Amino acid sequence: MASVQWHSRSRKYDSEWQASRLEVSAVEFSDYHPLKAITVTDSKSRRGGRKGSTSSSSSSSSSVAPDPLSSMLDGTDPLSLFAAASETPTLPHSVSAGELGRKRKEKEEEVGLDFEPWSSKRGEILSRFTTTEKLSINLFMGSDTSKASSPSSAVSEKVRTRLEELDDLEEGSQRELLNLSQQDYVNRIEELNQSLKEAWGSDQKVKALKIVIQCSKLLSDTSVIQFYPSKFVLITDILDTFGGLVYDRIWSMCADPHPLPESFSADDVNDTAKETCLNWFFKIASIRELVPRLYVEAALLKCNRFLTKCGIQETLQRLTAMIRGIGDPLVAVYARAYLCRVGMEVAPHLKDSLNKNFFDLLASFRQIHGDSVQNQLVLQRVEIPVYLTLYSPAINWILQCVAYRAPEVLLTEMMDRCKKLGNNALLLNSVMWAFRAEFVATRATDFIGMIKDCDEAGFPKHLLFASLGRSLSCADPPESERLSILNEAWKVITKVRSPRDYINCAEIWVEFTCRHFTKREVNTVLADIIKHMTPDRAFEDAYPQLQSVIKKILTYFHDFSMLFSMEKFLPFLDMFQKDSVRVEVCKSIMEVFIKHQQEPTRDPVILNALLHICKTMHDSVNALTLDDEKRSLALLINGFIRMVSFGRDFEQQLSFCVEARATFCNLEPVIIHLIHTVNQLAMETGRVMKGNHSRKTAAFVRACAAYSFITIPSLTNIFSRLNLYLLSGQVALANQCLSQADAFLKAAVSILPEVPRSISIEGKQRSSESFLLDFINNFLSTLLVVPDHPEQGVLYLVRGLLNMVQDYTWEDNSDAKVRVYISALPLLAAMSQESYLYTIPKVDSNETLYGGDPKFIAEINKLCETLIGQVLDHLKSLGRDEEVRRQGSLAFSLFGCLLAHGDLRNNKLNQLAVNLWNLSHKHGICDTRTSVRTLEHIKHQAQQTDMSHFSDMTARLSLQSRA
Amino acid sequence: MSVSLDIRLKRANKVYHEGERLCGLLVVVSRDPLQHQGVSLSLEGLVNLQLSAKSVGVFEAFYNSVKPIQLVSSTMEVAKPGKVPAGRTEIPFEFPLQAKGNKQLYETYHGVFVNIQYTLRCDIRRSLLAKDLSKSCEFMVHCQPQKAKLQPNPVDFSITPETLQNIRERASLPRFLIRGHLDATCCSITRPLSGELVVENSEVPIKSIELQLVRVETCGCAEGYARDATEIQNIQIAEGDVCHGLSIPIYMVFPRLFTCPTLETTNFKVEFEVNIVIVLHDDHLITENFPLKLLRL
Repeated sequence: MASVQWHSRSRKYDSEWQASRLEVSAVEFSDYHPLKAITVTDSKSRRGGRKGSTSSSSSSSSSVAPDPLSSMLDGTDPLSLFAAASETPTLPHSVSAGELGRKRKEKEEEVGLDFEPWSSKRGEILSRFTTTEKLSINLFMGSDTSKASSPSSAVSEKVRTRLEELDDLEEGSQRELLNLSQQDYVNRIEELNQSLKEAWGSDQKVKALKIVIQCSKLLSDTSVIQFYPSKFVLITDILDTFGGLVYDRIWSMCADPHPLPESFSADDVNDTAKETCLNWFFKIASIRELVPRLYVEAALLKCNRFLTKCGIQETLQRLTAMIRGIGDPLVAVYARAYLCRVGMEVAPHLKDSLNKNFFDLLASFRQIHGDSVQNQLVLQRVEIPVYLTLYSPAINWILQCVAYRAPEVLLTEMMDRCKKLGNNALLLNSVMWAFRAEFVATRATDFIGMIKDCDEAGFPKHLLFASLGRSLSCADPPESERLSILNEAWKVITKVRSPRDYINCAEIWVEFTCRHFTKREVNTVLADIIKHMTPDRAFEDAYPQLQSVIKKILTYFHDFSMLFSMEKFLPFLDMFQKDSVRVEVCKSIMEVFIKHQQEPTRDPVILNALLHICKTMHDSVNALTLDDEKRSLALLINGFIRMVSFGRDFEQQLSFCVEARATFCNLEPVIIHLIHTVNQLAMETGRVMKGNHSRKTAAFVRACAAYSFITIPSLTNIFSRLNLYLLSGQVALANQCLSQADAFLKAAVSILPEVPRSISIEGKQRSSESFLLDFINNFLSTLLVVPDHPEQGVLYLVRGLLNMVQDYTWEDNSDAKVRVYISALPLLAAMSQESYLYTIPKVDSNETLYGGDPKFIAEINKLCETLIGQVLDHLKSLGRDEEVRRQGSLAFSLFGCLLAHGDLRNNKLNQLAVNLWNLSHKHGICDTRTSVRTLEHIKHQAQQTDMSHFSDMTARLSLQSRA
Repeated sequence: MSVSLDIRLKRANKVYHEGERLCGLLVVVSRDPLQHQGVSLSLEGLVNLQLSAKSVGVFEAFYNSVKPIQLVSSTMEVAKPGKVPAGRTEIPFEFPLQAKGNKQLYETYHGVFVNIQYTLRCDIRRSLLAKDLSKSCEFMVHCQPQKAKLQPNPVDFSITPETLQNIRERASLPRFLIRGHLDATCCSITRPLSGELVVENSEVPIKSIELQLVRVETCGCAEGYARDATEIQNIQIAEGDVCHGLSIPIYMVFPRLFTCPTLETTNFKVEFEVNIVIVLHDDHLITENFPLKLLRL
C-alpha cells in the first residue's frame, strides 16, 4: 500500500462537548446517593419478619427502589434476626405462667456470667505448672493378687511398656508407665479419656468405672509435685466426662415415654433408673481408697437428683467432711477445689458446704508447714515459696466460689479469719485474687498492712503485691489513699531483689500508676524500673513484661508531647535491645500515635522522638525482612510523616522531608510517600500564591522539583519511578517550572527501555506489557500540554518516546508497539488543533508557540503517516490463520482512530478507512454488535454539517454476515 | 434353631418379702414354632453351709460339706405340653413366696461359709431329641422389719498404747492418742455406719486409717462347730498424716448381698464386726474391734 496522507480532522471541542454531553438532571442531595444505605421505613414488615414468617412480603413503601437484597430479608438481616430471637428466649408453648415464674427463680440461683468459669482457669494452670522431670502413671486394673508377678528385669524397659500396651486395660493387668515426659503424660491421660468413652460406648460399664478409679488414684500421688495442679486439671477432665456419661445414661432411662422436664424431682424417676443409680452409689461406696472414692462420688454428685430431694446437699456435706481424712494438704485442697467446682455446677445455691470447705481448709492450714510436707519437699528438692504457689489455683478457686455474690459481711468475716491465722500470706494472696476487686480496693491500705506483717520466708511478698496490684487495676481505691498506697507498695516492690520477680510485680503496678497519677509519678516508676533492670542486663529476660509496661502507658497517655517529655520514657525504650522486640515496641507506639493523634504536629519533642522511633523501625530492615513486615513498617512511618505539618513554614517541611529521606532510605514506600508529600507541598505553595509564584516561591518550588528529581532514581520499582517522574513532571509543569518538567519527562522516556518484560506482582510473574501501555497512554496525554524545548526540534518528546517504543524489545507476537502507535495518533491529531483540549494556566503550549504554523502541522502529519505506515506494515505481517483475529482487531482500532481523528474528506484516508473496515470484517471474527454500533454512530455523525462525506462512506461499509 | 428364654421380674430391684407374690414374665423368643413337653417354674431357697478348711482340714472341708437347708421349694406348671408360636411369646406368672413348713425365710446373704440364696427357675421340657431349655434367676429376700427399737447408743473409744492387747513389745510402741465414737453399734442395715475419729496426737505419722467390715460365720454340724471371721470390705477413711485434732468422719455403707441382719439359728450364725485399723508410718498396725448388730427396720 502506498504511503497515506494524513490530515487531522479539525475539532471544535466546545460545540462537541455541548452536543454530546448528557443532560444534567438535578438530584436532591439528601434524597439519593448511590452509596447511601437503603432504609426500609415500613416497620410493620420488620415485625413480621421477626415472627419468623417466611413469606417475604415486598414491603418497602419508601420511594427508593427496592434493593433486591434487603427486600429478600424483609428489612432485617439474618444476624440481627438471630440477635432479636435470642433476646426473647424461645419457650415451649406449654409453659404456664407459674412455671415461668419458677424458672426465673431458678435462673437466679444459677451461676451468672460474672462467675469466671473453670474452663478459663484450665489453660492457665496447664501452662503455668509444668515440669521437665519424668512422670509415671501406675494403672492397676484388677485384684491385688496379680501385683506379685512383677516383670523380670531382663526385659528391657521399652519392651515392657510395649507388652503392657498389648494387654492394655484388660482385667487384672497392671500398667506402669515410667519415664514419661510431660507431653507423654498428657497424651496418656487423653488416651485414657478416650478409652473411657469407648468402654462406655461398648457397654463395659465396669471397665469404665475402673479406668476412672485408677485415674483418680493418681491424684493421691504427689511425686513431681510441681506438676500436681496440671495433673489435677487433666484427671478431673476425665472425671467430668464420666459424671456426664453416667448422668446422661440414667437420664435416658427415664426418657420413656417422654423425657424428664428440666426441673424434675425424684418422684418422676422410674424404678429401673433409680435402681441403676443406687447400684452406682453402692459400687462407689465400696471403693477401698479414700481419694478415688471421694473424687468418683463427687463426679456423680448430680446423679443424686434421681434418688432424693436433698441428696445433693447431704452428699456435699459428707464429702466435705470426708476430705479431712486426706493427710496431704495439697491433695486435700485440690479435692476441696473439685468439690466446690462440682457443687457450684450442680447446686450453686448451697453455699454452706462451700463455706464449710473454706473453714475446714483454714482449720487444717497448719498442715502445710507440718513435718511430712517438709520431708517431702526436701526429698523432691522443692523450695517452700514454689511449693506454696502450687496452692494458689485451688485456694483461689475455692475463695472465688465462696465469694461469688456473697454479702459483704461474710467477706469481712473470711478476711478476719484469715488474719487470725499465722503466716497467712498464701490465704491473703488468694483473698485478693478471688474477692471482688472493689472489695479489695476499698481496703487496700489494710491489705498493705497485712502484707507487710507476713513472714518473709513463706509465700513470696512480691506475689502478694502483684495480686493487690491486679485488684487495684480493676477497681479504684478511695481517692485520698491512692498516693499512700502507691508509695507503700512501691517501697516494698523496689526492694525486691530478683529482677524477674521485681518486673513481674512492677508491671502490674504500672497500670495503677498510669490510671490515677500524672506523668511525674509514671516517670518515677519508669526510672525505678530502669534502675532495677539495667544491672547485668536483666532486661534481656523481661522483654514481655517491659513491653506490657509500654502498652499500659500507651493506653493511658495519648498525649504524645506529654509522653515524650517524660524524662525516662526514651531511656526506658533503650532497654529493648533485642532488635525484634525493639521494633515490636516501636510499632506499638506508632500504632497508638496514628490512632490517637488527631491533628498534624510540629512539636519538636514529638518529632525528634518519633523520628528516632521510626528510624529504629527502619533500621531493622535488612535483606531477610519479609515483604509484609516491610509493608507494615512503611505504613506506620508513612502515618507518622502524614502527621507532620509545619503549617505555612513550607521550607521547614521540605527540610523535614530531606531529613526523612536520609533516614528512611531503605523503605521504598516511605520514599514514594515523601515524593508525594513534596509534590503536594509544591502544589500547596502554588495554591497559596494563587498560581502566581514570587521569586522566592518559584525557587522553592524548583527546590521541591529538585528533591523529587534526585529522589526518584533511588527507587527500584520501575513503574513507581515512571509514574513519579510523570507526576512530578506534571507538578513542575503546573508550577511553571518548564525545564524541570522537561527533565522529568525526558528522564521518564530515557528509562523506558529499562522496563523488564515481566514484573513480579504479589509473588507472581506477570507480563509488564499492560502496565507499560497504561503508562504510555497516560504519558501521551500529558505531552499534549508540554511545550517544545526551544533548542530541540519539533515534537522532541513525542519523537523521543516513539523512538524508545520502537527500540524497546517487546514481547514476541505482541501488538503492543502497534497499539502505542495507534494511540499516539489521537495525540498528534489533538496537537494539530487550533486550540487545545486542555492547557495549563500560565504555561504556553505548542498551540501558542507555533500558532498553527503549517510547517508544524506538516511535521505532525508526516509523523502520523509514518506511524500509520508502521501499523499497516504490521497488519500485513499478520497474515497467518492464527493471527487473523489480532489482525482484525488491530485494523478495527486503527479504523476507529481514523474515524475519530482523521479528516475523511480526504479520499485516500477515506479509502484507507474503508479498507481497514473490510479487513477487520474479512474473517468474520469481529464483534458484530460493535460493528453495528459503529455504523450507527457514523450515520448519526453524517447528519451533522460538514460530515456529509460520512453518508457516502456508510454505503461502502458493509456488515459481514455471520458466516 | 435359636430359642432364648428369659425371666423378667416386675420389680427392678428384685427384692421380695415373705408372703408376697413374685410377679413377672417368661419371655420366649424363637424363630420357629417351638414344640415342648410342658413349661414349669420352680422356686427354691437354700442355705449352703461350707466348713472352712482351717477348722476341719482340707479333705473334710471338701467332702464333709453340710447338707444344704431348704427354706422354700415349690414348682408349678406354667403351660401344658404344646407349642409356642414363632416370634416373641410372653407368659405372665405369679408365684407366692411362702416358707416351707414351719421354716423361716432368712434374708439373702452371700458369704464365704454361709450362703443364703433364692432362685427362680424355668424349665421347658422337650422331646428326647432336643435339649431341655432352662433359665434361672436369683431374687433377693428381705426379712420383715424387726420389732426391735434402734437406740442411739454411741460408743466412745480411745486408743493409746496402754489400751492395746496382743503386743509383743509395748516399749517399742510410739506414743499416740486416738479418740472417737461410733454413733451406734446396733445399726440399721440400710443406714451407714457413722461416727467420728480424732487423732489427738501421734509420735509417728499416720499412714492410713481404715474401716474393716468383718463377717463372723459359725456353722454347726455333727463334729462340733466352726467359727470363721473374714473381711467383707475395707474402706479407707484417712490417708496420710492427717491433721491432728480435727475430727475425721467414720462412714461406711453396708454392702448389699454381703451383709444381712445379724442371724442366729440352730445350725449356723452370721454376725458382723467392724475394725478400726490404724496404720502408722513405721507399719505398726493398730486395730480396735467393735462387734455390730445389724437389724432391718
